[in-house]
Amino acid sequence: MELTARNILRRHGLVMAFLLFLAVVALNAEAFLTPGNILDVLRQVSITGMMALGVTFVVLTGRLDLSVGSMLTLLTVIVVDQHNVAGPFPAIVMTILAGLAIGAVNGLLVGFAGLNALIVTLAMLSFLQGLVLFYSGGSNVNVANAQDTWFAVFGRGDFLGIPVPVILFLVGAVIAGLILQVTTFGRRIYGVGGNETASIFSGIDARRTVFWAYVISGFTTGVAAVIMGSRVMGAQNTIGQGYELTVLAGVILGGTSLLGGSGSIWRTVVGISMLGFIQNGLLLLGFPYYVQWLVTWAVIIIAVWIDLAAKRGRILA
Amino acid sequence: MSDIGAARSGTVGGTALSWLLRNHIWVFLALTLIVFSLSSPYFLTVNNFGNILTQGAFIGILAVGMTLVMIDGEIDLSVGAVLALASALAIGLQDHMGVLPAILLALLSGAALGFLNGALVAYSGMHSFIVTLGALIGIRGLVFVYTGEDALMVQDFSYTELPEIYLGPISLTAIIFFGLALFFQWVLSSTRHGRETYAVGDNIEAAHDAGINVKRHKIINFTLCGTLAAVCGILLSMRLGTAEPNAGRIWELWTIIAVVLGGTRLQGGFGSMWMTIGGVLTLAVLRNGLRQLNTPNYVELMVMGAVLILALALDKVLNRREAGP
Repeated sequence: MELTARNILRRHGLVMAFLLFLAVVALNAEAFLTPGNILDVLRQVSITGMMALGVTFVVLTGRLDLSVGSMLTLLTVIVVDQHNVAGPFPAIVMTILAGLAIGAVNGLLVGFAGLNALIVTLAMLSFLQGLVLFYSGGSNVNVANAQDTWFAVFGRGDFLGIPVPVILFLVGAVIAGLILQVTTFGRRIYGVGGNETASIFSGIDARRTVFWAYVISGFTTGVAAVIMGSRVMGAQNTIGQGYELTVLAGVILGGTSLLGGSGSIWRTVVGISMLGFIQNGLLLLGFPYYVQWLVTWAVIIIAVWIDLAAKRGRILA
Repeated sequence: MSDIGAARSGTVGGTALSWLLRNHIWVFLALTLIVFSLSSPYFLTVNNFGNILTQGAFIGILAVGMTLVMIDGEIDLSVGAVLALASALAIGLQDHMGVLPAILLALLSGAALGFLNGALVAYSGMHSFIVTLGALIGIRGLVFVYTGEDALMVQDFSYTELPEIYLGPISLTAIIFFGLALFFQWVLSSTRHGRETYAVGDNIEAAHDAGINVKRHKIINFTLCGTLAAVCGILLSMRLGTAEPNAGRIWELWTIIAVVLGGTRLQGGFGSMWMTIGGVLTLAVLRNGLRQLNTPNYVELMVMGAVLILALALDKVLNRREAGP
């Protein structure tokens, strides 16, 4: 493709619009582009970002995972409750294991049983929300000794001036990106998402690949739950409600295709960070919090439409 | 597909079995009715059945629109948010302009948002999941902008008595649901628009080649879905007398569950309003029956998840059987 102004605009129009947004907010709110505020935004997106890393694997195979919101609630309740019962380290291990197990059930039903991903993970959303209420008995849980536990480091700690959750998110993103770009498993993920039939004929076990994608999604949600539990030092029964939509919005906004086979971790990090900066910027400009939802709507439609239009060379379908 | 199944079975018994397998939702509904009747003395009463129908009708009205969209092979995640907006407009505007104009404007808001969703899906080529996911988030924002975070209260309480019309134990809300479901079943089975709905959902390119205006067709069905969501919102505002900005949250999920439970397929091209009525009633009976048994809230959520997966697995097995040699 020629490097004309039009092509640059076409390919990077969204990024430019986003930079314009950053500039407008920065001119009107002094605090916006300060290191402190940028780190705050990154700290806020680290939880949804961590979940989005795993969900990207699932979306790349052409599937969906709507269960991550309920899963986050359940796992946060588990990590906080077990922290009081068994101590921080066993609590973290149990939480990660539970995340892997739930991901494995999703993976079995979608990958091996071949059931529709949307419905399976929707059913899982409902089931896990029930499990949350069953586990907690309907009451909120809190970390008893919130002041003196090293568990606080995951959500509240700093390392060299950078919040630990941000480090976890970025390290996770690098690892996830390497898995997708460098390993054969990563190539399989793209293969299954790009053309499942062709991938099976080339000897890829598509069912197993889908299975592991869901397990990874369960794992990253487990890590996100540890960060969440550590940050809040407690968990309500609805703490993760609606997160599946925010996560998916971030993945889509980055430009990863819901049809599978096209997208990357890099794009997810950009998409989810954009959501975070839009939210933060609008709040700093003095808008009520719900205005960000309207803007998110417009941004999702415009971003995905531009992406599609650039691919087919026409604006209308 | 059904003809092949019947022809292959040959005998009368085989035909009946084949019918039952294809309409498993009614078998399931009968089973749940029997189980709950045996386990709770308060379940099998005329009053309770009236309640079940009214409780189910709200999700049911949403499900009628969702079925149209789903047979088209699309999905509408924004119905819960459209419902909340219509209910807020119906209550918020009636003090300024009277009840009837407020209701009409609320209906119009649903139609307009449905039209917007449909037009975006048809003309941008984006998947309806993305378009309506955006709408789900954004329309909820619109509701909050309008209500300013507070629930709107109806000033003139005669508004809440409007739907208090009963045919025996059956409420007006339930009658509206059944009326809409039957009307759109007629549309699906006996009109050109209905035939086109199946054709578009089954094979969109073939439908286009056959001369169907696919874009216009999809826009019509999304507009219908939005309008029906507004109908549901208006009825809800009458029943509650308030419009809460968070009304209808995750109702889109319950609606999808009801439609899929009935047997309509997400892939499009297959389904009917009969199936959706079955799914809606089963969902309503399950929720009502479990509450009658005094089970905690979480059992309902877990049972729904399990039932949904069962229904999907059953459909998959039957699908394979019928598609076999």
